[in-house]
Amino acid sequence: MSRLDLAGKLGILADAAKYDASCASSGAQKRDSKGGKGIGSTTGSGICHAYTPDGRCISLLKILLTNACIFDCHYCINRKSSNTRRARFTAKEVVELTLDFYRRNYIEGLFLSSGIIQSPDYTMEQIVEVARSLRQDHHFRGYIHLKTIPDADPALIHAAGVHADRVSINIELPTREGLTRLAPEKSEPRIEGAMDGMKTAILDGKDARKRYRHAPRFAPSGQSTQMIVGADAATDRDIVGRASGLYQRFALKRVYYSAFSPIPDASAVLPLKRPPLMREHRLYQSDWLMRFYGFAPAEVQAAANDNGMLPLDIDPKLAWALKFRDAFPVDVNRAPREMLLRVPGLGTRAVKNILAARRHRSLTLADVGRMTTSIIKLRPFLIAADWRPVALADREDLSALVKPKSVQLELF
Amino acid sequence: MHVVRLAREDDLDGWREAARGLACAGVPADQVLWQVGDASADLFGEATPSFPAGGALSVPKSFMALANRALLHNEPQRWAMLYALLLRVLRQPGLMGDRADPALRRVTMLERQVRRDIHKMRAFVRFRQMQDDDGPRYVAWFEPEHHILRANAGFFTGRFATMRWSILTPLGCLHWDGESLSEGPAASKGDAPSDDPVEAVWQTYYRSIFNPARLMTKAMLSEMPKKYWKNMPETALIPELIAGARGRELEMIERSRPAAAMSPATPEPPSPRPRPDTARRRPADS
Repeated sequence: MSRLDLAGKLGILADAAKYDASCASSGAQKRDSKGGKGIGSTTGSGICHAYTPDGRCISLLKILLTNACIFDCHYCINRKSSNTRRARFTAKEVVELTLDFYRRNYIEGLFLSSGIIQSPDYTMEQIVEVARSLRQDHHFRGYIHLKTIPDADPALIHAAGVHADRVSINIELPTREGLTRLAPEKSEPRIEGAMDGMKTAILDGKDARKRYRHAPRFAPSGQSTQMIVGADAATDRDIVGRASGLYQRFALKRVYYSAFSPIPDASAVLPLKRPPLMREHRLYQSDWLMRFYGFAPAEVQAAANDNGMLPLDIDPKLAWALKFRDAFPVDVNRAPREMLLRVPGLGTRAVKNILAARRHRSLTLADVGRMTTSIIKLRPFLIAADWRPVALADREDLSALVKPKSVQLELF
Repeated sequence: MHVVRLAREDDLDGWREAARGLACAGVPADQVLWQVGDASADLFGEATPSFPAGGALSVPKSFMALANRALLHNEPQRWAMLYALLLRVLRQPGLMGDRADPALRRVTMLERQVRRDIHKMRAFVRFRQMQDDDGPRYVAWFEPEHHILRANAGFFTGRFATMRWSILTPLGCLHWDGESLSEGPAASKGDAPSDDPVEAVWQTYYRSIFNPARLMTKAMLSEMPKKYWKNMPETALIPELIAGARGRELEMIERSRPAAAMSPATPEPPSPRPRPDTARRRPADS
């Protein structure tokens, strides 16, 4: 086998990293390199420096240190039994690549993960070394996200949190049965134990910062996780329940969903299909409802069909509204914030603007129209100064009126 | 008719000074003509600026924040729109909360477009490295849509404080020597270096991180419109990536089928994809 040059390795190790959905660079505390000797800054809101034709943002250089792995997880392109070509970066190569890209304004920072080689501790050491070198040798002040390995020594995981803005551990699959079947070497208690340890360390770090101004920061952007959707039998209702449990127990910043996507040289255990992108999208919307719209997990679950799946043709907020019509119509001039947030078609910014504007005037439908993108969808659910949906919410065929007419296929 | 001559397209101080004087004197919005630079004055306007020196006015903080962005827009009427809004805000300070007000909404739209342009500049500027006597220097060619160059300088000096860099645009340039910022006249694309060997490595990354099984070009286009493509090295790959995507996906599916050799399977139809307007998440948060 010919020796790979840097670009050759990058091709393999970026290809192997693309199934991780997270590319967020938001939530970091503000810092820059003014008057310093290093490079980089974080603004708090994150920047997408490019988009690929899959519509995903490139914010971070997202790569694996190596795609060799001693585990044999069926959904993973890097599993031991796959005959994909293997490559490995040295810590120094990753550091230089990150800086080369950063100086040209291609990226916000680095998201580093790895297959497990030799042992979890050895692998974790290598990952930590990259982050340490960036921060200490090069005074890098951009964003660093490290994937941590559940079975590694807690001291190493702690070192990761000291250098990184964000750390994550993948829960992999929404159900324990799925994990046992598809990732036999991984264990749910060990994964959750590591998340719990991380949560404690993050809280301790915050607490220390309150007492001592110069206490080191610990993963200031918190921890996140990812689960694969569509590789096991979990329903949307299961997934929503699992995600909300994770948010509560481990104070996660984000749960990412990754639609199980065809990989080269797939395992025979998992026949490939087209990735369930619409399903993934509906799950993200349901995640939004819980995080920003005040929906309880049980309410999102109630929006699912009898088979436990969220409808694919309408969004979960509209699905909930159609199921619980008694809650509507909502008076845009009187209803509290919580109820306005329930109206299909009203986003958080529109609700904020409505609350401010209605102190000045009694809002008409046209006024509402100026604060939202479209009133067609929300009209049946809203009362305005000049508008009352005459028994519209009672009509049997309401869903036909508000559903998107047809699905347009993309032609390529 | 009063004529106000502003020094530059982003002369926020000039506008504020003039607007304060005119408002104190009670000059109505339709009696003011706003002009930038040496553009010839309106035939019926007075040749010299004739507004009185301003007194003190108090406006809500949110108005100034809005004005400072909206005035960077390339809309020629922006000075007049903001002055008209100022007069109304002075009479009715609560107006800033009334997002259903049509005039406020128009100005807010300008502000939003400027903010997006500022954000996209931070995202899509691409530096190329060159060498001069003092070592490496990083030079970018960028074409902003609005007059945001100066307003955006702080981001680049904060992030690339220890590098020497220049951002060249058709409307003017910024140069940072590691300690101070200077400005230069309009440049052309040929003034920037035409290549950087690291761009080929970056293209390798771009090609490899793309997942052909998730093709969603509309979502890409809504966040990275084609007008930005010409100055981004990675976008040259997009046509071939799109053209090859479906084939690569089907090949992976086909190869995973144990009995694939027996009967050529009918390919599944493309599954519905999320619409880009609804699929758009918060920036960098997906």
